[in-house]
Amino acid sequence: MIDVLYFAWVRERIGLPKEQVETSAVTVADLVAELVQREDRYAAAFEDVSALRVAVDQELCEFDTPLAGAREVAFFPPMTGG
Amino acid sequence: MVVRVQEATFDLGAEVQAFAEGQTQAGAVVNFTGIVRNTPDGDLDRMEIEHYPGMTENALAGIEAEAVSRWNLLDSLIIHRYGTLRPGDMIMMVATASPHRVDAFEAAQFLMDYLKSRAPFWKKEFTTDGAEWVDAKAEDEDALSKW
Repeated sequence: MIDVLYFAWVRERIGLPKEQVETSAVTVADLVAELVQREDRYAAAFEDVSALRVAVDQELCEFDTPLAGAREVAFFPPMTGG
Repeated sequence: MVVRVQEATFDLGAEVQAFAEGQTQAGAVVNFTGIVRNTPDGDLDRMEIEHYPGMTENALAGIEAEAVSRWNLLDSLIIHRYGTLRPGDMIMMVATASPHRVDAFEAAQFLMDYLKSRAPFWKKEFTTDGAEWVDAKAEDEDALSKW
């Protein structure tokens, strides 16, 4: 089981901030592929992954990052702090 | 080195005063304060800032550690708010203390540039036309290349 978190418009499109996902995905991209298969709202959120950023265990990473040992994956748009 | 992520506003004068006091080795303290800017039409009702608790604090501490490794910094302070803010409200502040002003200025600018696009905050603007997430700006990403 892995905690999957969504922020900003990704959260709005999927309709929830956080869920637990049972997955055998090897990489972040594999996890995205699994989620997209679920329902249209996931497909809508992940339509253009180049517009998204991902963090694994609260560290920014890439979509080809392995998920081995990961507890938490978060998807969000580019950040707008400051 | 202090990082605070909070919903409540802060007293800018008191924060800078407390930060500057007791910096016996510092010759320079620089402060930057970010304010909620209204739209050119003046129709911004509010801004809602969302963040990623846990990662936010870690990311800011990491950016601060990077600044310490690059400049002669004696101390730094980052305060960043989340929640509902109105035009004119203070969003965030950074303060840096250094023996010399160049380090204090540059480190403050570095902290600002990095927290713009590497700290997990997202802004949503509510105007009379509706609500819209603020897009990241290419110039903010480009700003990182100078460091």
